[in-house]
Amino acid sequence: MHSIKRRKHTRLGFTYLLLGLVSLSIFYPLAWTIGASFNRGNSLVSTTLIPKNPTLAHYQALTKTSGTFYYFQWFLNSLKISLFTMVLSVILVSLTAYAFSRFRFVGRKNGLTLFLLLQMIPQFSALIALFVMAQMLNLVNSHFLLILIYVGGQIPMNTYLMKGYLDSIPRSLDESALIDGASNTRIFLQILMPLAKPMLAVVAMNGFTGPLGDFALSSVILRDPKAYTLPIGLYNLISDKMGASYTTFAAGAILISIPVAIVFILLQKNFVTGLTEGGTKG
Amino acid sequence: MPQAEKKGLSHATLATILSIIPGVGQFFNRQILKGCLFLLIAILYVGGFANLFNMGFWGLFTLGTEVPRDNSIFLLAEGLIAVLVLGIGLLFYYLNLRDAYKNGEAVDNGLKPAGFVRSFKDMTENSYPYLLVSPGVLLLIFTVIFPILFSFALAFTNYNLYHTAPAHLADWVGFNTFKQIFTVDIWRSTFFDVLGWTVIWTLVASTLSIAIGIFLAIVVHQKDLKFKKFWRTVLVLPWAVPGFVTILIFAGMFNDSFGAINNVLLHSLGIKAIPWMTDANWTKVALLFIQSWLGFPYIFVVTTGVLQSIPEDLYEAALMDGATAWEKFRNITLPFILTQMAPIIITQYTFNFNNFNIIYLFNNGGPAVANSTAGGTDILVSWIYKLTMQSSQYALAAALTILLSFFVILIALIQFRRTNSFKEG
Repeated sequence: MHSIKRRKHTRLGFTYLLLGLVSLSIFYPLAWTIGASFNRGNSLVSTTLIPKNPTLAHYQALTKTSGTFYYFQWFLNSLKISLFTMVLSVILVSLTAYAFSRFRFVGRKNGLTLFLLLQMIPQFSALIALFVMAQMLNLVNSHFLLILIYVGGQIPMNTYLMKGYLDSIPRSLDESALIDGASNTRIFLQILMPLAKPMLAVVAMNGFTGPLGDFALSSVILRDPKAYTLPIGLYNLISDKMGASYTTFAAGAILISIPVAIVFILLQKNFVTGLTEGGTKG
Repeated sequence: MPQAEKKGLSHATLATILSIIPGVGQFFNRQILKGCLFLLIAILYVGGFANLFNMGFWGLFTLGTEVPRDNSIFLLAEGLIAVLVLGIGLLFYYLNLRDAYKNGEAVDNGLKPAGFVRSFKDMTENSYPYLLVSPGVLLLIFTVIFPILFSFALAFTNYNLYHTAPAHLADWVGFNTFKQIFTVDIWRSTFFDVLGWTVIWTLVASTLSIAIGIFLAIVVHQKDLKFKKFWRTVLVLPWAVPGFVTILIFAGMFNDSFGAINNVLLHSLGIKAIPWMTDANWTKVALLFIQSWLGFPYIFVVTTGVLQSIPEDLYEAALMDGATAWEKFRNITLPFILTQMAPIIITQYTFNFNNFNIIYLFNNGGPAVANSTAGGTDILVSWIYKLTMQSSQYALAAALTILLSFFVILIALIQFRRTNSFKEG
């Protein structure tokens, strides 16, 4: 009995030690950034985890615009682009997935194969063309073009996820509604979409975080500092001046990370269900 | 039918032949309104796009003949749009022929072809799925398919800094650029260096995230572990913070001269400063560490979900057979996880193969390598980005894009086939 108990204790002991170390490696960079954002000065040389003379100067600096620095404009740009991409891709993806899941029409098979293929070719392949296209159409710096590109890129993969999820909803549900005289549109809006909520959450999350995580495509299209999104803006902040404005970057990074992380953790349950149910079985 | 045989040609065939000019076949089937509509669409199509076809195809073949009047790249784009419009036109032309044939067949069988209102209603009913699909597909054509075709087409031209409008024209050069990748010494060595690191990067970074994610999920899943919810929330944090922010934070922490890793962590352990940003090998180590940090939470979350869905009686049966903890893991847990998560695991690999952000944002693909357009840690995608944005080697970038796409598709196809997870459902 004793040896079993002791083994259990050492096992649990090691587990807590391990999880503690992993947590430390997760918190350290985050805490370091928070610390840096309250430190005085611009460089990181004198930065300490717990600032000796904490200051809010860097957060105040974020509200000001100067030369190529437009933090709040970048923030709004990112928010706008992410929201529009999310809404549009949820609408287009669910319509397309509904058609592929519930109707048999000429071209369906080919369409699905095309989507599968496009899902594999990275949207990166289009980089050179987008670079040329934006200039040709005079749409350099256009957020509208960027949103359309993001939504287009989101369609193939998300349609596959959504179609897989809709396939798992029994057809007998729509059939009985059809007998009751419901139209296709009503079946779609009032029966299928409420049931597909977990997967809608996944598509919405992909739509929102996709643009927020993109650097390559947006840096090709957005050239004017006022039109930048946060990834380009913050990257330039630390790459242009070689660490000179690192503390301002830290403040800006904290200001975007905290709301995103909170929303993410609150909504986590919703899209995790979608991921594990839809994603794992394809 | 007998009537048709007497005449030698069935009504259906005749109607099809007549609708070589769209609408005429429909007139012959006595569907006057529909015929008018078809004819009108055809006239508008030809009239509206004649100029596009004329200019487009001329431009597509010649890529321009006169500077500074012609811009090869704009002409190429117009040409491709003309091809797309022609494709859509041919599709409608085919539908027109089929419509004439179908209704002609109805006449042959002694039926009366549907009236305009009826056939309009039929059309809207049959076209419901097309109506659903068309906004998405149209957007896909113009923002994804067209740009990809355009990039691919550029690979067969010599478009670069020295063939740029308005002073110069570009030309079709066939497979020349591809040949040069493998024959010009500097290009070949760069290509194979980058490809080699891309493959190593993909395999190691993805496998590390997957292994760590699965391992931690199993650790947290232990029944007698306390504060499960807390651990799970903490372990998901790296996923919750926007990735680009984390990468940039790490770029600061790994800085050779003022970063916290060298100045605080290693210093307190009495280890000399490591050249993280200036020695390619150390940059690679840092990149692998960061990607594991960023990548494991996603796998962790999904594995946790899968673990909770393993039927409990499997373990009870194993316990009866006297299986050890390790045997239970090897024979029940691991196979269950791997089969359930195959698609997600594959996407990890394709994701890292194209993981531009971490390579470019962390150290710009650097440190720089002498006489090379690629840095010491550049993977294919970041090299392509640099060739496009920094050295204007568009044709080379496009050719590499094609090679990259084929590589990804090939691997993905083999894998998807093997897992069967994407079978038609």
